[in-house]
Amino acid sequence: MAVKTPSPQVVSQIDHHPPRQKWMDTKPEFKPGSYLYGAQPGNLEGVGLPNPREWSPADDDWKLPADWQGTVREGIAERLTRFRSFKLFMDICVRCGACADKCHFFIGTGDPKNMPVLRAELLRSVYRGEFKTAGKILGKLAGGRKLTEDVIKEWFYYFFQCTECRRCSVFCPYGIDTAEVTIIARELLNLLGCNIDWIAGPVNNCFHNGNHLGLQPHTFKENAEFLLDDIEEYVGVRIEPTFNRKGAEILFVTPSGDIFAEPGIFTFMGYLMLFDHIGLDYTWSTYASEGGNFGFFTSHEMMKRLNAKMYAEAKRLGVKWILGGECGHMWRVVHQYMDTMNGPADFLEKPASPITGTVFNNAAATKMVHITEFTADLIKNDKLKLDPSQNDHLTVTFHDSCNTSRGMGLLEEPRYVINNVCNNFVDMAPQATRENTFCCGSGSGLNAGEYLEMRLRGGLPRANAVHRVHEDKGVNMLACVCAIDRAVLPPLMDYWVPGVGVCGVTELVANALVMEGQGPREYNLRGEENLSYKPPADEEAPAEAGEEGAE
Amino acid sequence: MIGFLLSIVAVLVLVGIAVVGVWGLDLRILFGVIVPYAALITFFAGMVYKVLDWSRSPVPFRIPTTCGQEKSLPWIKRNKIDNPASGGAVLLRMALEILTFRSLFRNMKLDYRQGPKIRYSSEKFLWLFAIMFHYAFLVVLIRHARFFLEPVPKLLAALEAVDGFLEFNLAAVGIGLPTVQLSGLVLLGGVSLLLLRRIVIPQVRYISLAADWFPLFLITAIGLTGILMRYVVRVDVVSIKELAMGLATFHPVVPQGVSAWFYVHLFLVCVLFAYFPFSKLMHLGGVFLSPTRNLANNSRSVRHVNPWNYPVKTHDYHEYEDDFREKMIGAGIPVERETAAEEPAAPAAEGKKEE
Amino acid sequence: MKLYDGGKIITGLVIFLLIFTFPFWSSLGKAAPTPKLVLPAKTVAKQCVTATPYMRASHMKLLNDWRDAVVRDGLRVYVADDGKHFNMSLTNTCLSCHDSKEKFCDQCHNYLAVAPFCWECHLVPKEKK
Repeated sequence: MAVKTPSPQVVSQIDHHPPRQKWMDTKPEFKPGSYLYGAQPGNLEGVGLPNPREWSPADDDWKLPADWQGTVREGIAERLTRFRSFKLFMDICVRCGACADKCHFFIGTGDPKNMPVLRAELLRSVYRGEFKTAGKILGKLAGGRKLTEDVIKEWFYYFFQCTECRRCSVFCPYGIDTAEVTIIARELLNLLGCNIDWIAGPVNNCFHNGNHLGLQPHTFKENAEFLLDDIEEYVGVRIEPTFNRKGAEILFVTPSGDIFAEPGIFTFMGYLMLFDHIGLDYTWSTYASEGGNFGFFTSHEMMKRLNAKMYAEAKRLGVKWILGGECGHMWRVVHQYMDTMNGPADFLEKPASPITGTVFNNAAATKMVHITEFTADLIKNDKLKLDPSQNDHLTVTFHDSCNTSRGMGLLEEPRYVINNVCNNFVDMAPQATRENTFCCGSGSGLNAGEYLEMRLRGGLPRANAVHRVHEDKGVNMLACVCAIDRAVLPPLMDYWVPGVGVCGVTELVANALVMEGQGPREYNLRGEENLSYKPPADEEAPAEAGEEGAE
Repeated sequence: MIGFLLSIVAVLVLVGIAVVGVWGLDLRILFGVIVPYAALITFFAGMVYKVLDWSRSPVPFRIPTTCGQEKSLPWIKRNKIDNPASGGAVLLRMALEILTFRSLFRNMKLDYRQGPKIRYSSEKFLWLFAIMFHYAFLVVLIRHARFFLEPVPKLLAALEAVDGFLEFNLAAVGIGLPTVQLSGLVLLGGVSLLLLRRIVIPQVRYISLAADWFPLFLITAIGLTGILMRYVVRVDVVSIKELAMGLATFHPVVPQGVSAWFYVHLFLVCVLFAYFPFSKLMHLGGVFLSPTRNLANNSRSVRHVNPWNYPVKTHDYHEYEDDFREKMIGAGIPVERETAAEEPAAPAAEGKKEE
Repeated sequence: MKLYDGGKIITGLVIFLLIFTFPFWSSLGKAAPTPKLVLPAKTVAKQCVTATPYMRASHMKLLNDWRDAVVRDGLRVYVADDGKHFNMSLTNTCLSCHDSKEKFCDQCHNYLAVAPFCWECHLVPKEKK
């Protein structure tokens, strides 16, 4: 990557005072590290999105389509009639400023346009200037402005500098959700072909190949087989999962990132081990091989187009219900959108755990259960053979994903699971966990390499909360339930809090699982020496027992 | 800065209009009858129009902002208020939001120090000022009903007694009777603190528009003229009530002896009412309709319907299998058809059939 | 015009309108009553201690000043604008002309829901019938 990232000392010099110049008179500067690359034409063409072309946000000429202003105006008008949220949020903000210092990008950059209120004003000002009488006549005085090319550039810069984390919405007295505004703004930008390539690429891949990474079916299976080999090597059991198998009871869907790169693959290995341990009748699908949904970061329509695969595949395979892996935005989509968009899933049954018999009434309509709900139920019913001391070398804290926290409310299940598979768990400060959780800094499709500096800035509040428990409580492992987190938290930790690793919750589960017929667990799933491994007593004198006794 | 100054000027001009209109031109019927009726009609019609206009847009997705544990497994303790699973719980969440400004109460302040060391401290001032302002405004509004009701309901008299329970007056500072009603002072205090906050906090000043300053100055002017009339210049309230009752009974009268101060006060109130539905003050109506607050988080257990849900172009399984059939067979992944369909028309037709 | 959640929203609007228009519909068809002050007969007195407009708006201040002057400073003489002297006394001066609380004081006080604290110390004069 050509973009060089400054040191933490430089990056952390942040001034949160707004400049003298009025915000309408300032323009964003497209300098390396602060913006994302524009969508490549092929990725737009592949899914039929408008205005495919070679372009860069750093160019003066963005090659906007003819009558782009009319397109945006119509786009706004249409969305005002479709989304009460959008219409209401354009009208009722009182600019009290309660949201201002809640945004991780504001905290990490000090840029006033990263205050949620001002981010929304970027669009609201055009709404006033183009749709409201007062704004049309009085212009700036009424907080209105016209739609210009500079406005589009500004939108691109700042609406792809919002991770749709909804933290501002928690604090707003009217619940104004900047994520809603950002989602609409990105839809408008997509009407002009102004997406970022890091979103457009995965969308195109997912549409055609079934997953964001573009893994073809045989590659998907091969990757899984590599991981099965690793499990055999480190755990001593051979697992034989199935792919695209008709008649399985359960379809399992998880983000494709977890079959591709560290440390997500260890979570993937965890799933394989867990399901083998309980003898689950399930299948993977190479067609619905993506839990995540970068369509959600493009438009409501694209979200629906990509999400449709899950139900379609569940129907084709004839499964009873769907189990979903660890992912943040995937679960916002599944929880708050899927049934509405692509349901009703009347061809599925109300989910019931085949192991414990527990019926998941909370998923009665959508028919999809979260892996930590499923695992928590297994543990509660004592169906797992666990040795939590295998994680004794870890002091674990948990990063709540934005989407599962503020768009679902999955807070206790992962903690319950972690507490049953680890002996050392501490929470971060309440101001930075649960509904107050901070984004990893790279959510909503912003996890591109060229954007690293901005991601490190956006992730600073999260990292700083980890830093505190790292210093005070000796935390050395940050657990999460999100594939994007697993991809982006390691560089964030290396930058701000060296010495803290990142893992999925199911990786911790797998570490603690006592598999039938397993060999000595001298290595963990990462192939590293298992620091908590204690050889059977008859083989070696209990020399290391002191460590255990201290706990 | 321009918005700030222009808002002050605008309020002063409004005061001037009333002063010239009544003192200079004696347009008492205009300012005492026509303008008030026009303002009230604008207010009610505007409120209804605005709320109905919002309700013309559907809520396509169930998008509550969840601020606590959801209802999942029965043994997991859930947060019924901040993550409501039923209509009743939503009512409770909304009631707390509207009556106690629960979300504002969560407010915390960023404390950024070099290091970097980031901390968050409790920050309840905005909540406190907002509560002061809104409740005082409500009490003042209700108290004014004594001018529009005859006989005055006992409840109103009781409210007045509570509001004036301190039974002190400001004689010491040259202001005599009647007894001080706390709500008026709290209202002025609240609005001043909100104004001060907007001036002093750099970020809030940076985002402020004329539309933010104007209502603050307008309400300040309304409060000041009201307090002035009650405690300093003391106006003939009997004739004011006669005027008010004339409006309420649709037999408008313009009694003699009503102070011009009253017309200034009334005119400013009329402007506030007429301005209300078309401004940010509509958060009064909007807070009830916010989809991130007024929906139950039950979209996984109860189907939510989007009225404009439309079919979309997807890439269905058969298209996918056609793309990768040989590779799938080679990798031992089950397929629907061992070879590509003989008649190419059939899968294509199938592929186009969405939804 | 297609409304979504119309039932709930219109119910809310109706409640809002009913509350805010209460003064209008509660007195619908009623004429607005005005206070019926019975003023002292011209044989009793031709004018008050000071001008009527002042008394209408500010009598409470005058009475309060009188109370303070008498009780705190022991001063009892009030010099009117026209030079006449009056005894500063609610009972002996005011009530000697305005001899019915019910027909005079209460008329306006009730009209405006005012509860003056005069009668916390002073005896209510007996109504002469």
